[in-house]
Amino acid sequence: MDWNLIFENSLKGFIGINAVYFAIAALGLNVQFGYTGLLNFGQAGFMACGAYGLGMTAHYFDISFWWGIPLGILFSVVLGLLMGIPTLRLRADYLAIVTIASAEIIRLVVRSVKFKTYFGGSDGINGFSSTFRALGNDFGIEESNRYGFWPFRFTGRELWVLIVGWLIVAIFGFVVYKLMKSPWGRVLKAIREDEDAVKSLGKNVYSYKMQSLILGGVIGTVSGMIFALDRGSVQPDNYSRDLTFYILTALVLGGVAKVSGSIVGSMMFWGLFTFMDNFLRQVTKDPVTIGNVTIMKSTQVGQLNYILIGITLILLMVYRPQGVFGNRKEMAFDGR
Amino acid sequence: MDVERTYGEVATRARQSLRDVERVPGVCKPNSILTANNIRREFGGIIAVDVDHFEVQEGSITALIGPNGAGKTTFFNLLTGFDQPNLGSWTFQGKDMSKVASHRTAAFGMVRTFQLTKSLTKLSVIENMRLGATDQKGEKWWNGLFSAVWKGQEAEITERADELLTRFQMSHMRDEYAGALSGGQRKLLEMARALMTNPTLVMLDEPMAGVNPALKQSLNEHIRGLRDQGMTVLFVEHDMDMVHDVSDWVIVMAEGRIIAEGTPDDIAKNSAVIDAYLGNRQGQSLLEEE
Repeated sequence: MDWNLIFENSLKGFIGINAVYFAIAALGLNVQFGYTGLLNFGQAGFMACGAYGLGMTAHYFDISFWWGIPLGILFSVVLGLLMGIPTLRLRADYLAIVTIASAEIIRLVVRSVKFKTYFGGSDGINGFSSTFRALGNDFGIEESNRYGFWPFRFTGRELWVLIVGWLIVAIFGFVVYKLMKSPWGRVLKAIREDEDAVKSLGKNVYSYKMQSLILGGVIGTVSGMIFALDRGSVQPDNYSRDLTFYILTALVLGGVAKVSGSIVGSMMFWGLFTFMDNFLRQVTKDPVTIGNVTIMKSTQVGQLNYILIGITLILLMVYRPQGVFGNRKEMAFDGR
Repeated sequence: MDVERTYGEVATRARQSLRDVERVPGVCKPNSILTANNIRREFGGIIAVDVDHFEVQEGSITALIGPNGAGKTTFFNLLTGFDQPNLGSWTFQGKDMSKVASHRTAAFGMVRTFQLTKSLTKLSVIENMRLGATDQKGEKWWNGLFSAVWKGQEAEITERADELLTRFQMSHMRDEYAGALSGGQRKLLEMARALMTNPTLVMLDEPMAGVNPALKQSLNEHIRGLRDQGMTVLFVEHDMDMVHDVSDWVIVMAEGRIIAEGTPDDIAKNSAVIDAYLGNRQGQSLLEEE
């Protein structure tokens, strides 16, 4: 058993790119779900908006890479409006249904053969990130060089995405923190508690919910962009339902309605996930057997790991519903 | 002593203004702040509210009473835009309110509370209060990040909120979560929060429900205090002692209609009201005791 390797990979998972894009997406989801109480099950759809915004600059429009950022944000604002207009006046559950369906519709449309010219079909889109990588070079980070010290050793290509990614986490973390401390954030939190009370005090609840949905969606969009830039490609099937639910798991793990909860929750999610993955792979190097019955092979590591995620989430909801950073006192008042 | 006397004056003025009003259902008041005409609300085949004419005298405390299912709360919801009538129109201070959305009524000076208290449990008491203030610059998302824009206003709001909390004897709970308050304290908080909107008409839906007798007395005082400060109060209530104690005028609803109006004393003797509350036979026997 190579413990050295297990720890190196786990620690890298802790601050790696997966944790980064999860943290950004979880921050967005936190604005919607944690602060406003909007049940958005379609964060993957917003992330796809960002990824395809970038991807389509090279694939369909043939314009500068930088146009991809406003394009992706435009997509997500339109998506937010489309989801929100019919559902935000209704009860929270309707939004959940509509968001999960819209995210799936987006995935199925972008991978369809019919729209291959626009979205590249199930092959996705490649070759749009060279401008971004070149910028890293301009800052003196050689793509093929290795940087860092044990255990945090990354290639120049990884490091550049990580630097930009964590910078964005910091910016959005600060923005969300400040907004939630403002009177605007107070209205959102009040809506989460009781819409009618907020209405009776003269606030346009519908408009605030829409603002929250779109802000969270735009943050999710940027997360999708980082994801796409790291992979250097956009694959439609990366943006399926499970992505949303893993992000939700990370958010609940860290604690809802806390900025630190979204960020550290995502880091812990990927730290633990990488640890279990590496550990199980080491254990199953040779198939695990009792007598002559094979219990586990290395090909089953993936499945077991996802089962463990599910169990973790269940245990968390039962024994620590406020998450790692959540406020126990607040949870005590959950009379709903 | 001084406070007592001024308070008495306002009460006397309010009662005098209503002295010559005829005691018939749907009667016109000399100075109506809220006027409703032909309001009708049906749920399926049931007519929940069917009010021909309804007026609230400005500067008075008007009680809306009636047995369960009389349509009082539905009528409240209609007037405040939380529900839409099938028919009818109403004006507030002469302005047509029929098409005004629920969140805009507060801007007109009309604020309501709810039968089931809606304190925002995961916000602190003071945050609950601050939320009540209208026209906050910091409630625009583009201003949220720039605290310099709203800090001054926030300080003013906090000052006003603290004054109100002191008046409602809740300043010691200032930084507690609203969820930590008792049922009665939540009623107080909801009322105080509604006052943060600077209303001219305060509509209270069962302010006494679930409040212990000691706190009822102080709630009574607070409601009188609202009128004392020039506000008009309209409230729904079941507690007849309280109605008798506080109100200047009583409007009685039963089966969606207004069946009687008058001063608290008139209403206590009104046979139609007693019928509505207790059914015919018991009503008669009670009347005989009078």
